[in-house]
Amino acid sequence: MIHLYDVPLAFALVGLALYTVLGGADFGAGFWQLVAGRGERGREIRDHAHHAMGPVWEANHVWLVFVLTVMWTAYPTAFASIASTLSVPLFVAGLGIVLRGGAYALRSGTVSPREQRLVDTVFAVSSVLTPFALGTAVGGVASGRVHVGNPGGSVLTSWLNATSIMTGLLGTAFAAYNAAVFLSGDARRDGNEELAERFRRRALGAGLVAGAAAFAGLGVLRADDHHLFTRLATGSGLAAVVLSVAAGVGTLALIYVRRYEPARYTSAVAVAAIIGGWAVAQNPVLIRGLTIHDAAAGRDTLVALVVAVVAGGALVFPSLTLLFRLTLGGRLRGDALIPGAVIRPRGPHTRRNTLPAAALLVAGIGFLTVADAAWAHAIGVTALLLFVAVAFRSVALEDEDTASVGDPA
Amino acid sequence: MTLAPALLAAGLSPGQQRYLSEARQMQALSFAAHIPLVCFGIALPALVLYVEWLYLRRGDELYRTIARRWSRIMAALFAAGAVTGTILSLEMGLLWPNFTGTFGSVFGLGFAIEGFSFFTEAIFMGIYVYGWSRLPPRWHFASGIPMAVAGFAGSLMVISVNGWMNHPSGFRIVGGKVVDVHPLHALFANTYFWHELVHMYLAGYMVTGFLLAGAYALCRLRGAWGRYERTALAIPLAAATLASVAQVFVGDWNGREVAATQPTKLAAFEGLGRTVKGADVHLLGWYSHGHVSWGIPIPKLLSLLAFHSTNATVQGLDAVGPADRPPVNVVRFAFQTMVGIGTLLAALSVYALLVRLRRGRLPESRWFHLGLVAAGPLAVVALIAGWVVTEVGRQPWVVYHVMRTTQAVTGAGGIPVGYGALALVYLALAAGVGWVLMRLYRRPLEAT
Repeated sequence: MIHLYDVPLAFALVGLALYTVLGGADFGAGFWQLVAGRGERGREIRDHAHHAMGPVWEANHVWLVFVLTVMWTAYPTAFASIASTLSVPLFVAGLGIVLRGGAYALRSGTVSPREQRLVDTVFAVSSVLTPFALGTAVGGVASGRVHVGNPGGSVLTSWLNATSIMTGLLGTAFAAYNAAVFLSGDARRDGNEELAERFRRRALGAGLVAGAAAFAGLGVLRADDHHLFTRLATGSGLAAVVLSVAAGVGTLALIYVRRYEPARYTSAVAVAAIIGGWAVAQNPVLIRGLTIHDAAAGRDTLVALVVAVVAGGALVFPSLTLLFRLTLGGRLRGDALIPGAVIRPRGPHTRRNTLPAAALLVAGIGFLTVADAAWAHAIGVTALLLFVAVAFRSVALEDEDTASVGDPA
Repeated sequence: MTLAPALLAAGLSPGQQRYLSEARQMQALSFAAHIPLVCFGIALPALVLYVEWLYLRRGDELYRTIARRWSRIMAALFAAGAVTGTILSLEMGLLWPNFTGTFGSVFGLGFAIEGFSFFTEAIFMGIYVYGWSRLPPRWHFASGIPMAVAGFAGSLMVISVNGWMNHPSGFRIVGGKVVDVHPLHALFANTYFWHELVHMYLAGYMVTGFLLAGAYALCRLRGAWGRYERTALAIPLAAATLASVAQVFVGDWNGREVAATQPTKLAAFEGLGRTVKGADVHLLGWYSHGHVSWGIPIPKLLSLLAFHSTNATVQGLDAVGPADRPPVNVVRFAFQTMVGIGTLLAALSVYALLVRLRRGRLPESRWFHLGLVAAGPLAVVALIAGWVVTEVGRQPWVVYHVMRTTQAVTGAGGIPVGYGALALVYLALAAGVGWVLMRLYRRPLEAT
């Protein structure tokens, strides 16, 4: 039975799964840049990883912000306890994200291949660091090492423990694997079969490593946190694990036969299933000693948040679909100017608006500065902003410039 | 609603923190790095779209060139803004878990909605910046509109939270617990919200406009002065000068709102030690022992500005105990810096606008262009000083008159290490972004 107080957590888990898949693909792309090696072949890998992620990486990273904001709005005490206890890995992840973003900002200015290689290598370190750090944080929460408090638990062993390190390694391996799947499909769409093959081999290798890490992880979990292990090995927890394993094996098979497009979705299913399994295994506990029910904010907040997320999702999902369709369709790459762009010049449009602008300025000052009532201030501010807008149209362009374009008459 | 600070027992025990001051500095560093980038998020998309609209309207390639070049700057700065913003949201929990843990249910919604506008901005930024040569021109222009709207909406949400911290409402404290929470009321029915929003919005245009115009003024001083430079200087300058003129009055309005709701903060602006009738304003000087020394007094101006009457009573710092006062000289120095720079920029703007009106062109003198080169960095200084005024001026409270900053801080150790690491990474980021901007600046026109 799903209660209102569970709903934001479900949103946060969906966000976490999407961040693992989409944000993970970005960090993984950074990983392949890091190990691309020298020479022309290395450069090809790095360039491809950069161009494929360029238009989408920022949107992919917003999922993390989404998870944070939903958690602190709906479960403030739990969020605060997690953040103060796991401050080290979360901060390291934050620094890694800054460096990753820096790499994108810098690459837009680099010119020579040597500079690009330097930028990619220096900043790609973050691509290994961040998924590992976030993984250790998730492991700390899952293994019940965070309880209510500031900090609620050891700030060191809460993330430096067998389960955390295992989750961190799994996160890094999965990111590399997921990126390779994404990039091989992308290279094929570019018509570069040779590059697609190279990413396919990387995907298969990383997939095997990630799978092995997952199985080793179950062993670690059994020794470290027997309770969680038991919940994952029985009932609906087991169902989720089985689904995840099936999806993982299926993904490897799809990559083996070069079906990259469906492989993308099955690998996402593998992640979503394991996150769902974790949630089911831990339910109704959010962090040690605090249930989801007790952690949840009041009804007004939960309702407002759910409405905001649903409305925001209604805006964001179609937009994301558009972005991915344009990216995956190769519409955001290269410099082939679309021919036949019909533009009908309509001639100068700048008017002299001195009088209305002056009137708005005087009205704005009168209502905002001389008058004292709140309603007068509202009128005054509106008039001042209108003054800026109206006057802008008269002064933004030089007079000679407005006259130089052909008169339509 | 009465809010009794002593009654607040946060959900978590207050952290034992030796490094509160470092935590505050780290937060200040994170803000100072992010806020100038926010200005570009507010103003640059709108300016780029305006120029692209000119291109669609007139078919003149010059406008397309300008818009494309600016959109590269926009992309680089948005990347930096996105990651520094992520750091800020992490710090909500990493540095101030008791604040977020106690009041997350009250103000958190603002950030959740902001998350969606960040999403929209990121999505359409990707489409717009990477779609220049591949999307049909009209569709390309259209893809920029959600980006510009979201840039504005995001800052609106963040300021709604800041307005709430300065003027908290929408909840009650019963038995030390936060109950009866109405987040929509807290965020959007808040009288403290509007003036902050308009003030910041205009500041965004001033910072972006003066920095961009300054870059082209530098071109002119170096002898490069073609149609491209002239046009690319005039457009952002128009936005910056008009915003500077409006800002004079909006700033004055902000001052009166602070006088009405946060009298102690106002007293810190002016270094007003004692409650008096007909309070003076002092230019410069130093606050010590309840009054300003070495300042230039302007009799009764404070009463006139704050309450529109030369004999109005203005509450001094003595109305609250020493433990409830902000660090006066920091706030006062920042306030004087902001107002001083704002006045200079407004004077420069009025001069430019008058010449523009009378002669139909911008001033041509060398000193005017030198002034423009200085105006951008000065606007950034004023922006940061302004945030120091409102944030340090709110101290010692994180939620005004409800929760102290000392109650909000984390109990986790290692803050000095984190502070140092963040400072290093931000230095590297700043150097990198500066280098990219130089590269884009020097890029030949044909290479757009």
